[in-house]
Amino acid sequence: MTIHNLYIFDRGGSCLFYSEWHRRRAPGIPQEEEFKLMFGMLFSLRSFVNKMSPTDMKDGFVSFHTSRYRLHYLETPSGLRLALNTDLGVASARDALQHIYSNLFVELVVKNPLCPPRAPVQSVLFRQRLDAFVRSLPYFGPKNPNS
Amino acid sequence: MAIFSVYVVNKAGGLIYQLDHYAPRADTEKTFSFPLDLVLRPHDERVVVAFGQRDGIRVGHAVLAINGAEVNGRFTADGKDVLEFLGNPANYPVSIRFGRHRLSSNEKLMLASMFHSLFAIGSQLSPEVGSSGIEMLETDTFKLHCFQTLTGIKFMVLADPRQTGIDALLRKIYEIYSDFALKNPFYSLEMPIRCELFDQNLKLALEVAEKAGPFGPGS
Repeated sequence: MTIHNLYIFDRGGSCLFYSEWHRRRAPGIPQEEEFKLMFGMLFSLRSFVNKMSPTDMKDGFVSFHTSRYRLHYLETPSGLRLALNTDLGVASARDALQHIYSNLFVELVVKNPLCPPRAPVQSVLFRQRLDAFVRSLPYFGPKNPNS
Repeated sequence: MAIFSVYVVNKAGGLIYQLDHYAPRADTEKTFSFPLDLVLRPHDERVVVAFGQRDGIRVGHAVLAINGAEVNGRFTADGKDVLEFLGNPANYPVSIRFGRHRLSSNEKLMLASMFHSLFAIGSQLSPEVGSSGIEMLETDTFKLHCFQTLTGIKFMVLADPRQTGIDALLRKIYEIYSDFALKNPFYSLEMPIRCELFDQNLKLALEVAEKAGPFGPGS
């Protein structure tokens, strides 16, 4: 049970923050492009889900999984998008994402007068606290050698 | 506990089969007097609510019927423009039915191709080695399950989030496809599936899967 990486995008599509813990596969494309591709995929998934849904939705797209990983998604009303990749053992990381947003991002980045609103996050404190929080999650385990 | 629809997509991303098994309808019909307190605007080929959400009528809902007669896109059954009709006080009081717009076949084609690409991107952005594409997409109102065969055909099932046994159902649909579509000498590969036996057996399989309910079919 491990956590691979986390992306935070603002509503314009720029990646504000990226952090990885256990990533076993290099993307094969430059990081800028990977961010754009990830944002594009999330944007399209949201609009796809909106059209496909047989009834009105409240939360929208929550997560998806493939044969190897699961992506959990949270979108705030202000358009901030958080995407967390974990392995398949994690059923729902919505609470963790909500905690990352309200207790870490809002407290340490939004309320920080030195962090400009839609610029990439430079705050070292945010990175440290986020790292500590993620490592303290019950499903953050050591690297699984049998993957 | 329901299975909403089944889509089959070919190697190139084109939709070759689509079945709507169950469509939960949440339409709201209300009588209004002039002036209308909802703001309506034209969107694509229909008239949607832009502002004024109330009583089950949400933003994004389309005008489905006026005075009981179904509207035809942006025109009423008589051929008058819906917005003009609703702007004329002489036509009130009027009874309008609002609801989610049903997908047209063109839209289904586009959505299937969109998913085909998203499936591939899901595999490309994987942080792990050897990942497949998106196998299950979860939202709060439905779950989309996708099974890709070795030949590149994708079977997608849209179901209620609590429905179980969908993996077995996907394998069963693959079996039905190979029995009634592939073995049919008049069926060309990668083309739309128009085989009666495929339809019949698919509907049977869906009913079996739904009846099995939360306990899943004993596989």
